[in-house]
Amino acid sequence: MANVLELHGITKRFPGVLANDHIDIILKEGDILALLGENGAGKTTLMNILYGLYKPDEGKILVRGQEVEIHGPNDAIARGIGMVHQHFMLIPVMTVTENVMLGVEPTRNGIFLDRARVAARIRDISQQYGLEVDPDSYIKDLPVGIQQRVEIIKVLYREADILILDEPTAVLTPQEVEGLFKILQTLIEKGKSIIFITHKLKEVMAVADQITVLRGGRVAGTVKPKDVNPEKLASLMVGRDVNLIVTKQPAQPMNTVLEVRDLYVRDERGNLTVNGLSLDVRKGETLGIAGVQGNGQTELVYALTGLLPLVGGTIRIADKPVHHSAPRNILERGVAHIPEDRQKHGLVLSFPIHDNLILCTYYQPPFARGINLQEQIIFKNAETLVGQFDVRTPNIYVPAASLSGGNQQKVIVAREFSRPIELLIASQPTRGLDVGSIEYIHNRIIEKRDEGAGILLVSSELDEILALSDRIAVMYHGQIMDIISAEDATKEYLGLLMAGIKPAEAAAPTRGNRKQKKVERVF
Amino acid sequence: MSDQAIQPVEVTPPGEDPKKGTRGKIWQALLVPALAVLTGLLIGAIAILAVGENPLEAYGALFAGSFGTPDRFIEGFQTYFASGDTSKLLRAIYPITESLVATTPYIFAALSVALGFRCGLFNIGAEGQVLMGALCSAYIGYSITGLPAFVHLPLAILAGAAGGAVWGMIPGYLKARFGAHEVVNTIMMNWIAFKLSDWLLKGPMQASGSRPVTPNVEATAELPRFFPDPLRLNWGFVLALAVAWLVYWFLFKTTLGFEIRSVGASPDAAKYAGMNVTRNFVLVMAIAGGLAGLAGTAQVLGVDHWVGQGFSSGYGFDSIALALLGKSHPFGVVLSALLFGFLRSGATRMQSMAGIPIDIISIIQGLIVIFIAAPAIIRWIYRIRAIPVSDEAMRTRGWGG
Amino acid sequence: MNTATHEIETIAFRRTRSTYGLVLLGFGLFIFLVFGLNTPAGVFTTFGTNLAGSQAITISDLVVPSQATIFAMAAIAAFFGAFQLARGIRSTGWLAGVIAITFIVSFLTWAAADKSFNLTGMLSSSLVRATPIALAALCGVISERSAVINIGIEGIMLLSAQVAVVTATVIGNSYLGLVCAILFGGLVAAFHAWLVIRFKVDQVVSGVAINIVGAGVTAFISSRFLAANINGLNNAAVFPTISIPLLSQIPILGPVLFENNIIVFLTILLVLALHILLFYTPWGLRTRAVGEHPKAADTLGVNVFFVRYVNVILGGMIAGLGGAYFTIGSVGRFDEMMTAGKGFIGLAAMIFGKWNPLGAYTSSMIFGFADSLQVKLQILRTPIPSEFLLMAPYLITMLVLTGVIGRAIPPAADGQPYEKQ
Repeated sequence: MANVLELHGITKRFPGVLANDHIDIILKEGDILALLGENGAGKTTLMNILYGLYKPDEGKILVRGQEVEIHGPNDAIARGIGMVHQHFMLIPVMTVTENVMLGVEPTRNGIFLDRARVAARIRDISQQYGLEVDPDSYIKDLPVGIQQRVEIIKVLYREADILILDEPTAVLTPQEVEGLFKILQTLIEKGKSIIFITHKLKEVMAVADQITVLRGGRVAGTVKPKDVNPEKLASLMVGRDVNLIVTKQPAQPMNTVLEVRDLYVRDERGNLTVNGLSLDVRKGETLGIAGVQGNGQTELVYALTGLLPLVGGTIRIADKPVHHSAPRNILERGVAHIPEDRQKHGLVLSFPIHDNLILCTYYQPPFARGINLQEQIIFKNAETLVGQFDVRTPNIYVPAASLSGGNQQKVIVAREFSRPIELLIASQPTRGLDVGSIEYIHNRIIEKRDEGAGILLVSSELDEILALSDRIAVMYHGQIMDIISAEDATKEYLGLLMAGIKPAEAAAPTRGNRKQKKVERVF
Repeated sequence: MSDQAIQPVEVTPPGEDPKKGTRGKIWQALLVPALAVLTGLLIGAIAILAVGENPLEAYGALFAGSFGTPDRFIEGFQTYFASGDTSKLLRAIYPITESLVATTPYIFAALSVALGFRCGLFNIGAEGQVLMGALCSAYIGYSITGLPAFVHLPLAILAGAAGGAVWGMIPGYLKARFGAHEVVNTIMMNWIAFKLSDWLLKGPMQASGSRPVTPNVEATAELPRFFPDPLRLNWGFVLALAVAWLVYWFLFKTTLGFEIRSVGASPDAAKYAGMNVTRNFVLVMAIAGGLAGLAGTAQVLGVDHWVGQGFSSGYGFDSIALALLGKSHPFGVVLSALLFGFLRSGATRMQSMAGIPIDIISIIQGLIVIFIAAPAIIRWIYRIRAIPVSDEAMRTRGWGG
Repeated sequence: MNTATHEIETIAFRRTRSTYGLVLLGFGLFIFLVFGLNTPAGVFTTFGTNLAGSQAITISDLVVPSQATIFAMAAIAAFFGAFQLARGIRSTGWLAGVIAITFIVSFLTWAAADKSFNLTGMLSSSLVRATPIALAALCGVISERSAVINIGIEGIMLLSAQVAVVTATVIGNSYLGLVCAILFGGLVAAFHAWLVIRFKVDQVVSGVAINIVGAGVTAFISSRFLAANINGLNNAAVFPTISIPLLSQIPILGPVLFENNIIVFLTILLVLALHILLFYTPWGLRTRAVGEHPKAADTLGVNVFFVRYVNVILGGMIAGLGGAYFTIGSVGRFDEMMTAGKGFIGLAAMIFGKWNPLGAYTSSMIFGFADSLQVKLQILRTPIPSEFLLMAPYLITMLVLTGVIGRAIPPAADGQPYEKQ
């Protein structure tokens, strides 16, 4: 079959980084090409070049055999290239129709928006590709899976025949992922070609016709799924043999450290997003909260850490009620918090590392005497922690902004773990990190558990939940669907719970045997 | 996660690194402000040229008006050494002392704005706060009699600080409690202060006579002067320097200052780290108001001894320019206040000698604000390489919530 | 929603319900004690409904017994308070409306007891006084919808006010002066746009700088040139009043709406035009998209910077029109600082109007009403010092910003510079 898209020798440099180094890629008509690579391998940069958001320093792009220059999204669209972005490019306060028509608005009398015509087109496309959606609903009211459909419709509305999907499964339940794969098949049948960007090995094996693996900005290899196994792909991706297993001892749960009863929380817009939730975390165990993003996990963590007021219910930490406590009082109870958004919430980016390391404890001895900050002690503390937690930095005086993502996260972990803690609340602790940092942070979390802290792990990566947790709770629409022991958990069962379906007791998997646990590592 | 997340930012020497590169750093920190002032003056010169006057002559008058003239100094020293008569010498230093007198309220008002900036707050209300401080100090100054100076003076100073503090705290509270934007509210507080003072000066606080002014404050409430009349330089200037040092210590060496700076640099991170963001908003606006109030106090107790209409006019916007120019650092603020004090004081002479309206200074100040807020323009004009400094430009937040 | 959720909703609602109920009851009591008991019995208040010199058909004035009217208002407030306590109305805006109306009616009846107060005159002057505020608000709406905060409206209006009067005086034609003011407003806004888009200057700082420069330049020119040559530079003809045939003969409405000068009419047209532009045209869709999620717009080929430039400049032209109002639209000469914070009050009107042209205009009317009320009350010589009445618009602005009366959500990207990758 003909090559619809070829990239030859694409190179892109950023100050201090070679993001893409002579990359060659070929997409054949009617194929699904998987672009596999860990975070920072250069996948997104490459796709942004293809979509005209970046200009390559070297190399050429051929669409249907013709060399083209793509200067912006308009060029890409004109050449039939459409992109479904990882973070949806949808405007929440507008309708599906408005989102789809934006940029190519048909008009009546040359002045007024013709919404009806676009809505009709959307219904057409919906029917043709099995992408059901109501053109008049507002994006903010749609679940994530449907929002993704709108993104695909946007691309089809512009009559693209090369579709780029950037990490499309990151926000979906396993069942929704299945649905997406079916849609991809339909698209292929209708003559589209697809580039599928991901860091998840299994998805690649399931769906791709061709796999191109990127590592450190270079092509590490191009293979067919039938010629490889996950281990081989993983080592191509990471550049060394990867230990695909997290090793941990069985949990030794002790007394309850966190007790939540009938919790109700409103989000900042006033919606009741945590809706009568109860759970317990004991010392020395990890409770994983699984669930599709936006099912109240964020608000649950906010409520536990005092950042959002409760509407109802109780929270007890180490047997003391804290549901009316200020964030500081909760932290002082021995709660550590690794926030979801490390750059926005975890660090003051413009502050030097030594100040970021005392962000929660600056007012306590030894860092303060009265109201006087003790600079020498603060510097010494920083030197110690930077060494102890392997933060790669020229010195402790550089602003946190100058560190890489993994090292920023290590600064947060260093800060949170350096004070005595009873309970660790970790939200998406490894999102966007490279394999080395993921490994490091996972081991530190398990270490804390073994030291006797209770761990509440919130992650939308099911693999991470399965790898670290002793018990798993699935959150759906602000409630806990079920709490099961990790040995008993299967992805299928968790997936159903994540989609809000509670199977009959009989369908629940039988108990496994307690042994040293081996679970595949997350990618 | 996007790949950009790992793009390393160029590593720069830190803000408070005591160990290395201090000289280069100070030079870099001063470069853009210096060029901004220079560019502002150049454009001001063009404006003077445009209205048909000679900018060299005008700036010459400005300089003489702010520093004095060499021949007067020579004459002054000659008479002093010849006869021990200081009168000529005092006349020679008169322009400089007047410039320092003009600098004094600037230091206070600009510290007020700078402190707000450090906490991410934009205090445009210095004008009203200065006025309220002045009115409160004046009231204590003239209404209480018979107190010894060591009680009366501190009391009057405290009253001024309190008056300004209340005026600043209200918008701070409204922001903390309701998320109401402090920029609009502080401006509204200014207008309310003007109307209130109009009423006070025509009614409850009016001195006998028909002019809308307060009575003179008692001698026991006056800030002592260093030289005989007509030199007006007084202890207010020393107080201003002391307060600037105090603000420096407070911001950079104490836990409260750490908290304020954290809230300013990243309110979200501060909240996550257990700091009470909204309490800091109220606290900082109150202190900022108090500092601005002290500007009024220093002017009333040290220089004017009474308050009239239009007392504080111009301080609000001037102090913003000063705080930006001083990079919201107390020491930088003192330097920029000195610059503006000398400019203002010289401009009066420029107006009388060269016929250039004093408002030219406002134009130059506005330009300086633009250039300071947009270092990119200065770099663009002078083709300077970008210096990656983390907190280079002031950032405010939208309408807040 | 399960029963527990419902219960929680109910509890929260019950709490606001009793708060508002008590506030209304207290309010009724306040009206009764302060206005009612201070009004002598047997006195009448006359509300004039005819405006001297207008073309409207003359109708009879509205004469009401003062004390009885005030008592009635107190009763209405108390009734709604009791009703609210017992049953509950969910709309807080509605309750605020009851408070506002009962307060204003009883206040006016009290102030004008045994006197005559021209209602039509006041409504008419409210509309006129709302005009500069509305134009400032519309400037804010159009630029903030594309996510650029323009806090320099005050400075733009001040500059255009001066430009308008000087060009109108020199050329001898106020309409040309108006055009110059509009163009100049656009020019200053273009400068603001250039600073915040090209150089990513903080939007609030840039606006403040424009205010400083605007105040400085106008004062400089005033004292250097205008003061010396008032007749040659600072004395323009004011726009004549235009009466729309037939419509202007309707009693009350006629003089209020259809007998005004060109700037007032233009403002009303602008409100409608902007409403259509923002919500029914491709440009409006793109503007709102850029204001909410510029990156999404960018990925669909919308030129974010271009949209922002155009909207900010358009806003500046509207502010320029507002500036012209101060001089050639009302007094015909320029005074230093004559905008007196109207630009900022306009921003409050924009927020209160939820970033919508129609809402912004309606809330500007509230400020215009407060402004003209203050003037009329000075004429009535109430015991309240005029300085306190003059504070009213500023106090109302602060009250509006607290969001106690309806909270508004700004465009999501408002105030943030857009970084093209």
